[in-house]
Amino acid sequence: MSTAQVDLTDEMEHDDHGHHEQSFISKYIFSQDHKVIAKQFLISGILWAIIGGLLSVVFRLQLGFPDMDMAWLHPFLGEWINVDAATGIGKLDSEFYLALVTMHGTIMVFFVLTAGLSGTFSNFLIPLQIGARDMASGFMNMLSYWFFFLSSVIMFASMFISTGPASGSWVIYPPLSALPQSMSGAGLGMTMWLIAMALFIVSTLLGGINYIATVINLRTDGLTFTKLPLTIWAFFLTAIIGLLSFPVLLSAALLLILDRSFGTSFYLSEIYIGGEALPNMGGSPILFQHLFWFLGHPEVYIVLLPSLGITSEIISTNSRKPIFGYRAMIGSMIGIAFLSFVVWAHHMFVTGMNPFAGSIFMLLTLIIAVPSAIKAFNYITTLWKGNIIFTPAMMFSIGLVSFFISGGVTGIFLGNAALDIQLHDTYFVTAHFHLVMGSAAFFGMIAGVYHWFPKMFGRMMDRKLGYIHFWTSFIGIYLIFFPMHYIGIAGFPRRYYSFTNFDAFSTFTDLNAFISIAAIATFVAQLIFVFNFFYSIFKGKRATANPWKSNTLEWTTPVNPGHGNWPGAIPKVYRWSYDYSKPGAKDDFIPQNIPYAQTPESNLPHEQELAGLESNDDNAIKVD
Amino acid sequence: MQNLLLGASVVVALVILFMIYKLTTLISVANGSKNDEEGNSNNVNGILMLAFLIIGSIAATWSSIVYFDLMNIPIASEHGVKTDSMFWITMWITGAAFVITHILLFYFAFKYRYKKDAKAKYYPDNHKLEIIWTAVPAIVLTILVMYGLKVWNGITDTAPQEAEVVEIMGAQFAWRVRYPGADNALGKYDYRKIDASNAFGIDLSDKNSHDDFVPREIHLPKGQPVLLKIRARDVLHSVYMPQFRVKMDAVPGMPTQFWFVPTKSTADMRAETGNPEFNYELACAEICGKGHFSMRMIVVVDEPAAYESWKKSQQTWLAQNPDYLSQVPEELKEVAILSAGIEENESKDSSL
Repeated sequence: MSTAQVDLTDEMEHDDHGHHEQSFISKYIFSQDHKVIAKQFLISGILWAIIGGLLSVVFRLQLGFPDMDMAWLHPFLGEWINVDAATGIGKLDSEFYLALVTMHGTIMVFFVLTAGLSGTFSNFLIPLQIGARDMASGFMNMLSYWFFFLSSVIMFASMFISTGPASGSWVIYPPLSALPQSMSGAGLGMTMWLIAMALFIVSTLLGGINYIATVINLRTDGLTFTKLPLTIWAFFLTAIIGLLSFPVLLSAALLLILDRSFGTSFYLSEIYIGGEALPNMGGSPILFQHLFWFLGHPEVYIVLLPSLGITSEIISTNSRKPIFGYRAMIGSMIGIAFLSFVVWAHHMFVTGMNPFAGSIFMLLTLIIAVPSAIKAFNYITTLWKGNIIFTPAMMFSIGLVSFFISGGVTGIFLGNAALDIQLHDTYFVTAHFHLVMGSAAFFGMIAGVYHWFPKMFGRMMDRKLGYIHFWTSFIGIYLIFFPMHYIGIAGFPRRYYSFTNFDAFSTFTDLNAFISIAAIATFVAQLIFVFNFFYSIFKGKRATANPWKSNTLEWTTPVNPGHGNWPGAIPKVYRWSYDYSKPGAKDDFIPQNIPYAQTPESNLPHEQELAGLESNDDNAIKVD
Repeated sequence: MQNLLLGASVVVALVILFMIYKLTTLISVANGSKNDEEGNSNNVNGILMLAFLIIGSIAATWSSIVYFDLMNIPIASEHGVKTDSMFWITMWITGAAFVITHILLFYFAFKYRYKKDAKAKYYPDNHKLEIIWTAVPAIVLTILVMYGLKVWNGITDTAPQEAEVVEIMGAQFAWRVRYPGADNALGKYDYRKIDASNAFGIDLSDKNSHDDFVPREIHLPKGQPVLLKIRARDVLHSVYMPQFRVKMDAVPGMPTQFWFVPTKSTADMRAETGNPEFNYELACAEICGKGHFSMRMIVVVDEPAAYESWKKSQQTWLAQNPDYLSQVPEELKEVAILSAGIEENESKDSSL
C-alpha cells in the first residue's frame, strides 16, 4: 500500500492554513470548508424534509379520512381548521389544503431534493473525490449556503402569515398566482414565495458555477474525465443543467413579479375577476408555462442525476464489481442532460398549445426513455455475479433502481400526448413522479448519507436501524404509490380537497384511506433515520478510514479529514475508480491512487504498458 | 399549550425510537454478530429481497384484479376507444419490461448476496449487450411514438364542418355553457361587457349573439361530432369529462377547443352501469383556487332527436334578460327581437 507523505512547498502552505485556530463562527457557521458547508446543507435538508413530510401527513389525513374531526389540529394550525361553533367538529380549510400541497411540492423539489441533495453531495464529494483541497471558491460556496438559508427563512416564515403561504401549487401558474383577488395565498404568501425562490436560484447558481469550475480545474494529477467516478460526472452534469435552466425560472419569476406589482401584462389577458374587468390585454399564461417548464423539466434531472451518480458508486462498491458499462453510463447521462432541455412541453399537451408542437415534444420525450433504460439495465448487470454486501446504502440504492423503473415505465404513458389527455393532472401523474423523481431521488440521497456518513462524521450509522429504515420506507412507498396508479387510471384529478362532489370520483374511498395510513407510517419510519443520524453523530461506532473498501479518493483521507482534506500531498490517480474484484489482485479492490506498477499481478495488457510510464514521474508517492 | 403538545409528541417519538434502537443492539449482542458481511443480516436481507419480489408480485396482481373494474371507467366517445386500447397496449409492453427487470433486480440481489469464498466477476462492459438493449427500447418506443402520433393527430385534427358548437367557460368556481342557437353561430363576446347577468360578456352588437342561449346543463347529441369552444374568465381551468376522455385547459385570453363524438347517451350509460342515477359530469382539472374541487356541471347526452327538441325548447339569453335589448344597436333591434324570440310586451317594457 502507498501513502502520500512527501510534502511539497505549496502543500505546506495549505497545512499552515489548516492548523491555524478558527473561531467557532468561522469554523461552523460562516465556514468556507466544503465539508462543513455540505453538512450545513444536509442538516437543513433533513429539517426541510421533516417539514415537507409533515405537511403531506396533514393533507393525506384530509384525503384518506374526509369525515375526520380535525379539531385536535386546531392548536397547531389555528384558523386553518374551521371549527364549527355548535358541534365542535373541525374541518381543514379547503384553501389551506392547497397551501399544504403547494408547500409540500416546493419544499421537497427545491429545498430537499435540489439544495439538500446537490448541496450536500456535490459539496462534500467533488473536492474529496477529485483530489482537491476545497472548492474553487470557498467564499462563493459559503455564500451559496447562506443565500439558501435566507431563502429558507423567508419560505418558512411565509407559512405563518395570516393569509397563508403560496397556494397555487408548486408550478404557480398565473393568473392564479398573479392576482391576489383569486385566492388569499396569492397575496403576501406568493410574494414571499417569489422572493425566496429568487434567493434560492442565486444560491443554486453560486453553487453550480463552483461545482463546474472545481471539476474542470482542480482534478488531481492523472484524474482525467474518463477516470472520474460516476458520482462526479453526475454532479458535474447536474450543475451544468442547473446553470442553464435556473436563470430561466428567475426570468419567469421576474415577469410574474412585474405582472403582480407593476401592472404589466406578460401573463395576463382579458380577465374579469372579483366583479371587475382588468385592463391587462395581450399577455399569455401559456408563456409562463413554457418558461416554468423550461426549468421545471430539467429540474427533474437536477433532482435525479445526483442520486443516479451516488447509486452507481454505491452499487459498484457493494457488488464488489466494476460498474457495468462505465462509458455507456456517462453517455446516457450526457444524453439525458441534453434531452432534458427539449422535452419541457410534454407538461403542456392539453394546455391549448398547438397540437403540432405536442407531436414534436412527444417524439423527443419518448427518446429520453432510451438512455434511462440503458442506465437501469446497467445497474442490474452490475449486480449480476457480484458478491453483494447489503449495507443500508446498498439497499437504498437497489430501492432506487426499483423506483426508477416503476416510475419510469409510467412516463412512457404520460409522454404519449394521446394518453396524456386522460391522464394529465390525475393521480397517475402524482404516482409517476413521486416514484421516479421523488422517491428515487430521495433514496439516492439517503443512500448517500449512509455511505458517506463515516467520512462526514468519523462514525458509523447503526446498520440494523438502517435495515429497518430501508424495509419500512421501501414497502411503505410502494404501498402509497402503487395503488395510487389505480386511482389515477380511474381519472381522479389532482389537487382536489375532496372527492365527494362528483359521482365519477366517489369510489376508492377505501384505497385512499389505505394510502393515507401507508403514508403516515412511512413518514414515522423516517424518524428512525433522523434518530440514527443524530445519535450516530455523537455516539456512533468509530469509523475506520475505508469502511466499505472503496476505491475512490475520499477514503484515502484521514478518518476525520481536516481543512484541506489531505494532511500531506494530494494523492495522484492512476486508474479508474471501479477496479473491484480484478482477476489476479490480492484484494477485491484497488484504490484509484495505486499505480499500475504496484499491481503487476492484476494488470491488463494495456495497463502493463502504462505501468512502465508511471515510475518516471512518480515523485509524489512513496512506497512503503 | 400547543408547544407543550408538540414537545410531548416529539419526546414520545424519540423515546420509542430509542427503545427500538436498544432492542436491536441487544439482539445483535445476543446473536454475537460482529462483522458486517459475515453476520446473519446479509443473508436475511438477500432473502427478504426475494420475498419482496414474490409477495410484491402477488399483491400487485391481486390488487389490480380487485380494482380492475373500478379503475376502468366506461368509455363514451369514439377517440376514447382508441386511446384506451393504446393505453392497454402500452401497459402490456411496459408491464413486461417492468416485470422482467424487477425479477432480475431482486433475483440477482438474492442470488449474488455475499458469500465468504465467492469472488465477484470482473465484467466491466459488453458492447454487444449494450447495443442490444439500446436498440430494443429504441425500436419499441419508435413503434409506440408512431402509433401515438397517429391517434393524437386524429384527435387534434380540425373538427368536422357539421360539428355541434358549444361554448364552455370556466370561472371561479362554476362552469357556464353557451349554445349558438338557431343560426348555429356563436355571437362575439368582449370580457369588458361582463357583468352580473351577462356572465359571458356577450356582445349584443353582433347579430349572431341574439339567439344564443345559456342553459344550466350541457346537452350533447349522441353520435354526432361536438366542438367545444373553451375559454376562461379569471384564472386557468380545465374542461375534464372523464367518460369522454376529454381534457383541455381553459385559458383567459386564449380560446382553446376540443372536438369529439359522444357514443353513448345518458340513458345508455344508465343501462350499462346499472346505475339509474348515473350522470356524465364536467369537472375542473387545473387548480383554480378554493373551490377547485367543486366545479361540477351535469352533462346530458341525448338521442339526436331529443337533443334537437331540447335545443328548440331553450329560451334565448336575450329573452331571459330583455333589459339588455338596450345594448342592441337600433338598426338590429327588430331582428334581435325576432331571433331572440322575445314576446312583444317584454320588448315594449324594456325599450321604454
